Amino acid sequence: MKENKKYWKGLEELNNEPGFLERANSEFPEYLPMSETREASDAEDTGRRDFLKLMGFSVAAVSLAACQAPVKHVVPYVNKPEDVDPGVANHYATTYSLNGSYASLLVKTREGRPILVEGNKLSPISQGGVNSEISASILSLYDNFRLQGFTEGGKAVSQETADQKILAKLQVIKAQGGQIRIVSQTVMSPSTKAAIAEFVKEYPTAKHVVYDASSSYGIQKANGGLFPDYDFSNADTIVSIGADFLENWGSSIEYNKQYSKTRKLRQGKDKKNTMSRHYQFESNLSLTGSNADIRKPIKPSEEGRYALALYNAVASLLGQSSAADVQVAHVETVNKAAKDLVASKGKSLVVAGSNDEAVQVIVKELNNLLGAQGSTVKGSTYLKQGNDAQMKRFVEELNGGQLSAVFFYNANPVYDYPTDIKDAIGKLDLSVSFNLTADETGKLTQFACPDNHYLESWGDAEPKPGSYSLQQPTITPIFKTRSAQESLLKWTGSATTDYYAFVKQYWEANVFPKSGSLVFGTFWNTILHDGFYEVSGVAPVEPVDEEVVETPVVPVADAAVGEEDTDVEADEEVVVATPVAGLGDAVNAVLSKKGGEYELLLVPSYALNTGAQANNPWLQELPDPISKVCWDNYISVSQADAAKLGVVHDSSTLTTNLATVTYNGVTLKLPVLVQPGQASGAATIALGYGRTDAGRLGKTVHHKNPMGQAAIGVDVFPLIDASKDTLSYSVSGVVIKATGEKYQLAQTQTSQTVVGRDNESGLGIIQEGALADYANDNKRGDIVWRPKLHSSEGVVDAKELDLWVDAPKGEEPITHKYNNHHWGLVVDMNACTGCSACVISCHAENNVPVVGKKEVINRRDMHWLRIDRYYSTAATREKEGFNAMEIPEENPEVVFQPMMCQHCNHAPCETVCPVAATTHSSEGLNQMTYNRCIGTRYCANNCPFKVRRFNWFNYADNGDPEFREIRAVNTSMNDDLGKMVLNPDVTVRARGVMEKCSMCVQRIQAGKLEAKMEGRKVKDGDVDVACASVCSSDALLFGDMNDKNSAISKALNEDNADRAYHVLEELNVKPNVSYLAKIRNK
Amino acid sequence: MKSIGRFSYALFFALFLGVFSASAQEIPSDEAAIKAGEALFKANCKACHAMDKKLVGPALAGVTERRETAWLLKWINNAPALYESGDEIAVQLVNDHGGNLMSAFPTLKEEQILTFLAYAKAWKPIDEGSTNNDPKVAAQPQDNSLLVIVLSITLVILVLMIIVLVLLSATLTKQLKNRGDLDEAEEEYVSQRHNVIKALTHPGFIGLVSVIAVLVGLVLGIEKGLYRIGVQQGYAPNQPIAFSHKIHAGENKVDCNYCHTGVRKSKHANIPSPNICMNCHNQIKTESKEIQKIYKAIETGEPIKWVRVHNLPDLAYFNHSQHVKVGGIECQTCHGPIEEMEVVRQYSELTMGWCIDCHRKTAVNAEGNDYYENLLKVHNERGTKEAMTVEDIGGTECSKCHY
Repeated sequence: MKENKKYWKGLEELNNEPGFLERANSEFPEYLPMSETREASDAEDTGRRDFLKLMGFSVAAVSLAACQAPVKHVVPYVNKPEDVDPGVANHYATTYSLNGSYASLLVKTREGRPILVEGNKLSPISQGGVNSEISASILSLYDNFRLQGFTEGGKAVSQETADQKILAKLQVIKAQGGQIRIVSQTVMSPSTKAAIAEFVKEYPTAKHVVYDASSSYGIQKANGGLFPDYDFSNADTIVSIGADFLENWGSSIEYNKQYSKTRKLRQGKDKKNTMSRHYQFESNLSLTGSNADIRKPIKPSEEGRYALALYNAVASLLGQSSAADVQVAHVETVNKAAKDLVASKGKSLVVAGSNDEAVQVIVKELNNLLGAQGSTVKGSTYLKQGNDAQMKRFVEELNGGQLSAVFFYNANPVYDYPTDIKDAIGKLDLSVSFNLTADETGKLTQFACPDNHYLESWGDAEPKPGSYSLQQPTITPIFKTRSAQESLLKWTGSATTDYYAFVKQYWEANVFPKSGSLVFGTFWNTILHDGFYEVSGVAPVEPVDEEVVETPVVPVADAAVGEEDTDVEADEEVVVATPVAGLGDAVNAVLSKKGGEYELLLVPSYALNTGAQANNPWLQELPDPISKVCWDNYISVSQADAAKLGVVHDSSTLTTNLATVTYNGVTLKLPVLVQPGQASGAATIALGYGRTDAGRLGKTVHHKNPMGQAAIGVDVFPLIDASKDTLSYSVSGVVIKATGEKYQLAQTQTSQTVVGRDNESGLGIIQEGALADYANDNKRGDIVWRPKLHSSEGVVDAKELDLWVDAPKGEEPITHKYNNHHWGLVVDMNACTGCSACVISCHAENNVPVVGKKEVINRRDMHWLRIDRYYSTAATREKEGFNAMEIPEENPEVVFQPMMCQHCNHAPCETVCPVAATTHSSEGLNQMTYNRCIGTRYCANNCPFKVRRFNWFNYADNGDPEFREIRAVNTSMNDDLGKMVLNPDVTVRARGVMEKCSMCVQRIQAGKLEAKMEGRKVKDGDVDVACASVCSSDALLFGDMNDKNSAISKALNEDNADRAYHVLEELNVKPNVSYLAKIRNK
Repeated sequence: MKSIGRFSYALFFALFLGVFSASAQEIPSDEAAIKAGEALFKANCKACHAMDKKLVGPALAGVTERRETAWLLKWINNAPALYESGDEIAVQLVNDHGGNLMSAFPTLKEEQILTFLAYAKAWKPIDEGSTNNDPKVAAQPQDNSLLVIVLSITLVILVLMIIVLVLLSATLTKQLKNRGDLDEAEEEYVSQRHNVIKALTHPGFIGLVSVIAVLVGLVLGIEKGLYRIGVQQGYAPNQPIAFSHKIHAGENKVDCNYCHTGVRKSKHANIPSPNICMNCHNQIKTESKEIQKIYKAIETGEPIKWVRVHNLPDLAYFNHSQHVKVGGIECQTCHGPIEEMEVVRQYSELTMGWCIDCHRKTAVNAEGNDYYENLLKVHNERGTKEAMTVEDIGGTECSKCHY
């Protein structure tokens, strides 16, 4: 530990605000506000007599109720499918390819219903990783708000009737030569494109318009039409200019896997430990930026300048001619980055997040200069194919009344496109929505022909050229829905209307011949099992020639005749990205870009992305990895700007001020959050919130959003600049004004604070060091601070002092013996990117309830696993605070620490439970027995890690009208349909009991049983906990520490012995969860 | 004389064995050996053998008389080897049992096998009247009768004492009356009559009796009432189809696994779906009203709603395959004489106490299962002769069943 660092979870902790101290000092809020209507004095009056009355009544009620046992039924299948055994889970490989995310999946089903989504470890692209959005999609399958069948004008119709009517209208439109459009977000599925192409063939005026709610058209245009295939695993130096590649940018799941490989310490050429170095220039503190070694806050308008400055620096180092000179503030960092980039030439990568083509052109040329082609940039992907120009043209045509029919497939442009198209949809001759719900767009169309959920439907995807992925259904459609492709094929009058047959035919004709297999049946069965097929020997597609450029937008209409000639020309211009004439134009564009006084950047929300799953309570309650806010979006501003705005944040009530944001005639009102690391002069707001027709969540949660709408958060899509052919997510000249109104934000950052124990140094919790120190062999072993304590025998290692092992002479010390297994978990803080996919996976696996915004504010969230985010600043501490040289909140470093039950071998919770409801197992687990717990909460008070959660209310089946909010938000335990997602092997906890991470004991038991049934020992990897199995950065490693050959034993004893430490080691509670100290490559 | 006779018999037996086999040893007869043998039997043999009846293998009662000890030692240690070697008895045995060859137990030491033989030798059938084969349950009435005998003897003695005391008192009173030299107070005392009714209505007595009654009532109420809430032992609801286990499992000896397909691979044993019924009943008894109900279910697709007999609370996790496949427990151990039940009834208590009790007593079926290797090693290192029970390997920990 070389530096004296101060760690803080939020500004309130940094400044030691009285409100924070008040909250931090008590484990639980002092009062239990059950009802808003009940007077506080009533509660106090509840005395002994009332208690006795209640108890007498309950005993009587229980006795009466017990007189007659309820008759339960057991209903076997009428005709049991051969491969379904009640009680035995089946796993199916399938694919997720929506909203720009791709992952090959393994879906766990029980009794025919999917209950858990995990990554397919065989896939070379997603490599077993998923993100929180995909993990949570299982709950969206059981969403009551989904359309239950076809509708016409909001009224239910049969599929046949709808087919007849739509077909009749189509015929009329075709005869009149009316224009037809199919609007969708990126379609990765080749067979869907083929189905659309068939439709277009039948109706020649039809065109497929592709857009992305979170567009990357600028980067596509700069790279010849397709999103480049970056490979971070090859990168020794990574420079990102505003690209949040670990979040929702590009192939982020794949990037997480690749990035973490370079972040884990590995042996370099000189046998020294090495890792990649990551620079980030950005305006908001993003997930990616918080993982960077060196980060500088810049305004969004400066991104181009920084790219250019970097280009110049690199070019001059390489002896090449540089472009026009440009001045930037952080010139030293730029030069340092350039030096590193050049030093690792061929293994360097520069990425930029901007949707501005000019910036991307410079970045592309910069990568070329660095020899990245073929190493860190390998061809293209089909993950994002949205064409802003095409979409803009569509909106103009629609609003201009030039279109006759529009089909919306996986597209909700009324919500997620900045230009208003509401009225125009109503004027169409035919409008059809395939969306799963009656969302903002779907409720306006004449017909809603809901598509199946992806888990109910056949399909495929081609995320990269030559990488095919199959999507197979894991459940029969729950409602009377039909896959959109099948609908299109029906209306086309196609020979094959069954989409399953269509997909199979497509694969037989297009993929099978490339495989070299002999029998299609065998090939197909292999694909069904594996979930994907990689065509080997496919050269990476270099999207330079125009033919390739056209592929992603397949259904460009055949040239129409007559009057429309001009239109077609215009279209072609748009579809085929204009060839970039080199750096020259881009330089001018970048230099001419002026930043306004106040800039605003709009980013996809971490949890909700662009809002497709806004009705998913798991995602709504997932705290943002950085700000720890859930159930809302907000304007994040820097401390300096907040002071200018006059915003006051009260940490005791989590109250902040509302402010209005005005841009381009649109005024919105949102709460303000002071975000350390945010660039001054620039604000950031997350997209994906404020959906008014997302479903029940927004309607039933009785808080209105700041705009007074029945919605969660505020919709900021209207602030996107759609005036040019490329959408701009950063706008300047925004006016922000604090209104003085108060608003509460549900922020979990300091709700489970490890009270006071880290006040001085924080060493007990977070341990970190610099690579330079660590790589030096002489100093190995110093990296982790081992606490020392004063004892009667002088200063000793904290590990030597133990309440437990002291025993009278000759007696065996009281400690646990693990004869067979000793389960443990290792968290590599170097690899953990804070992505939070594990939090959702834990929800799904362990039936963790959602409590809603109000209860989160009351600090009663139930997450078994939380990701603690600590800010830190290297600074010498002086009396009043920090050195005047550095303002800690301007640009702090960030550490993520997944925190779950540490399963202490000498657990403080076990010794204080008066009823022995929490005990230790012979395999090292700290067991929590709900049916024995009486809810004293002593254990939670005595837990140094604050990982125990108390069930304040009945979260399941709560019919009490007072708790309607809990009922509304916790759909997985209160809706008949939502309950389908519950894991039948895990108890749904009742009110008044403590719960916490069980280390997925149900999975351990299942893994052991499997081994026993096969008469063998448990192999390493047989058992994996839910969090580790979905970890997209392989930061979590679970296993048997008694098994000398297990990966966890190796990780702890050989590879990282000097980096492993326990949180709060000085307490010597001997946790079974170890952390590997974070190493920064500064 | 008797002991000398037994001794000489043993001596003769030992000599006899010594002549034929050098390695043969005497079957021990001490209590500890028999107990160890019983545990061994439960852990290893019970899946295929019973003492008193033929299961997969022959009944083992009297096996020590039927076969020579030396032969038994070889056979139990490695039956396949003995069979391969062409041993006459072995070949005969296998032929008699449908070609089923006993598996080898190479890890069992000779002393261990001898303890088992001791158990087989000492084994006595339980009295005829009891229908179940569970020695634990069968033993209970015996205990009770002992208690009854002790209690009745005490009662008789008490009654006799009362009679003696009353007689004594009467005689003394009579004598005192006859003396005639008593003063007035003494006279009054001697001649007073004890009023039984008065004594019975005395508030002290009533108070005492009612306190006792309330206490007894409370104890009984808790024991028979509150503790029995949710315990549905003996629950035998009417089912939608009058299916008889007696006919299927008892008379026709249909294997339990045939219908309850999940029992060896899943946590649920599974109620068979009608398509399994159809394997036989598309031919057999097609006209029966009850079987017509199955046809109807298949035609309409309307599933049959059986009434669930065994209801564990949601908070308890139970897995059939763990107990049946891994543990080698017979269905009857928990479900009772299911092959005799016309209507299925809940045979066991299914309370936590009942579970724990079994986990404490039952030896783990660890032999030949590599999973238990470490645990068995640790257990044997302790030097105990007791078999490794489920409790010994953490089978009574909370999180084994509650999560």
